[in-house]
Amino acid sequence: MKYVALVYYQESIINAMTEQAWHDLNQECIAGVERLTDQGNYVAGQALHPVESATTVRVRDEEVLISDGPFAETKEQLAGFYLLEARDLNEALQLASRIPPARFGTIEVRPVRELPPKD
Amino acid sequence: MSQDDPCLDQLYRQHSRRVLATLIRLLGDFALAEEAMQEAFTAAVRQWPDEGIPDNPPAWLIRTGHRRGIDQIRRRQTAQHNAHLLAHANEAFPDPGEQTFEDDQLRLLFTCCHPALPLEARVALTLREMCGLTTEQVASALLQKPATLAQRIVRAKKKIRMAGIPYDIPEAGELPERLPGVLRVIYLVFNEGYSRSEGEQVVDVSLAAEAIRLANELARLLPDGEVFGLLALMLLHHSRRDARQDKAGELITLEDQDRSLWDQTHIGTGLQWLEAALARTPTGPYTLQASIAAVHAKAVIAGDTDWARIVRLYGALYQQQPTPVVALNRAVAVAMRDTPAAGLMLLDELASHKVFAGYHRFHAARADLYRRAGNNDEARRCYQQALALVSQGPERRFLERQLRALDVSG
Repeated sequence: MKYVALVYYQESIINAMTEQAWHDLNQECIAGVERLTDQGNYVAGQALHPVESATTVRVRDEEVLISDGPFAETKEQLAGFYLLEARDLNEALQLASRIPPARFGTIEVRPVRELPPKD
Repeated sequence: MSQDDPCLDQLYRQHSRRVLATLIRLLGDFALAEEAMQEAFTAAVRQWPDEGIPDNPPAWLIRTGHRRGIDQIRRRQTAQHNAHLLAHANEAFPDPGEQTFEDDQLRLLFTCCHPALPLEARVALTLREMCGLTTEQVASALLQKPATLAQRIVRAKKKIRMAGIPYDIPEAGELPERLPGVLRVIYLVFNEGYSRSEGEQVVDVSLAAEAIRLANELARLLPDGEVFGLLALMLLHHSRRDARQDKAGELITLEDQDRSLWDQTHIGTGLQWLEAALARTPTGPYTLQASIAAVHAKAVIAGDTDWARIVRLYGALYQQQPTPVVALNRAVAVAMRDTPAAGLMLLDELASHKVFAGYHRFHAARADLYRRAGNNDEARRCYQQALALVSQGPERRFLERQLRALDVSG
């Protein structure tokens, strides 16, 4: 089954880190992805720039509305995502718990919905 | 043998839970498994009078139920989705032995108690699937509307399907994480039954007894210190059921209970389980709570209570569960061991924490200690604070009585 793991954390925690700590965290994530790939669990994923780089798009009454910032102000901000292949939810949760930011952030694990075949 | 035959009734009670647990594994779906089980029992009612009761009734029921279930899957044309189930459909698999039944019971329990499900849903699902209560019985026992409860169960089963919660016993490495969740659900079931007076229940279902039965099963299948500890705790609490309320349903405190009404059989069994729990290390929170309950259980009269031991046990419990409740209980125990003033000092320290401001039992405990210390004005103030926070029921009436008693004594 495919699951998306959405990684959230308070950006203020990252901002308070030393350069070395931030570097180490990134290295941990890279090593983590390697491990997931070797295990056959990693399908795709990306880290994201902070929410200040986000732009929101909505289309209402055929009008395209662009605004600066994330879709909502939240206590923890979306920092990245993983698309994982796992046997079941238990395995997905185990994998998510090893994503380094899980230690100070929140990982949301959601099953992927396969779209019906094209008409 | 007919539908109303006591023999069938007994067979159903004896076998239905394990048959269901195994069918859920074989068919991969709760609803389907329940339907299949009902059909298997119906077939048994029809066929066994003529053919005689088979040597292995549960195996017969499972085989029959499995066949019906597979037919359903084919008919619903979800064959592609369930290919793996159909692949084994024609295999002649050996009769399920005891180990299979036990494993399937554990699978069902761990699935019902999965942390990915909302807590209320876990309790409802456990009562429905593990204890075999009907939706109406569960709703009545939990004081919820049947429609609401049914919805909750439907949503939980949907999540199990959609999110891919597996029908599995957690690996040994995951058990330390998952077992506390199961124990928590069982204890919640127990407390739902424990706090309510039996007279308020419309349907005669003893949740406390169900919880104890579940824990007994679990203790057999998964020998673990905390399982034994929880079982001991529940048995020791349950032993006091006839003493903690008077005929009008009013609360009687531990101090004032008629100890001759305590069920000594339950106490004996509870103490045995506690011993078994203490033999295993490390000692967990349920075992510590059971140890505290045991100190009370062994005191023939309230005055014999070894409060020093209770203080030590609450201290150990606080190390593992630093919660307001534990801190409060420890302070009260200190008051009983030493003096009300000593307890009040500890409560004063706790009072600075926001969480106690809205906790009625904190104010009630404080009021009680002021009362014992002879400071009626402060006691009155604290009882009023407690009353401002507690809802209708035996606890409120108890506090009102305590407050009135102060006015009488001046």
